[in-house]
Amino acid sequence: MILELSHFSAALLFALCASVVFGITQRNTPREMLRYGAYCFALFAAGVIVAGWVMWLIKR
Amino acid sequence: MANTNEVKAKASSAPAQALTAIAIAAPIAGWLVPGAGHIMQKRWIRGLLLMLAVVVLFVVGLGLQGKVYAFNTGDLLDILGFFGDFGTGLLYVVARSMEWGQAVVPHVTADYGTKYIIVAGLLNIVSAVDAYHIASGKKP
Repeated sequence: MILELSHFSAALLFALCASVVFGITQRNTPREMLRYGAYCFALFAAGVIVAGWVMWLIKR
Repeated sequence: MANTNEVKAKASSAPAQALTAIAIAAPIAGWLVPGAGHIMQKRWIRGLLLMLAVVVLFVVGLGLQGKVYAFNTGDLLDILGFFGDFGTGLLYVVARSMEWGQAVVPHVTADYGTKYIIVAGLLNIVSAVDAYHIASGKKP
């Protein structure tokens, strides 16, 4: 089985899985877990977009 | 000095955590099978979500033709890569015995795959530690 993922989709899948684990393990109640997981995912996704733009600027 | 004595007094008055059988078994089970440490403590949803997250990272990492490190005493990053991979427990044993992740693929997504597999192992260790905290009563 060989998968082909773009950089962005690979980063988002990574962010999703890591956020699930961080949310569950770093907080105590289900509501806090959900909020923290969503927060981590948003930071991951925003970081990917910011890093992409920084690399675009460096390339120019 | 007074503060140091107060800290020592508080530490000695804190109840000692009993090392129960479940507190030993849960992290070991959680390391061997992702999410099992939570599932055996009836945290079904947490356990299944952890299992899904770790297994998806591991399988997608293999699908991206990532490398599974063998035990080695060579380059430092290769040694750390082995310890990261080893964190996936039985998934690592299965991958090594089936000789998955052995091909050298000079492709950028293969490097992603290698990182996916390492991170799956590291996240599984975090999950196993969380299972221990639940078993020992440090976490609800």
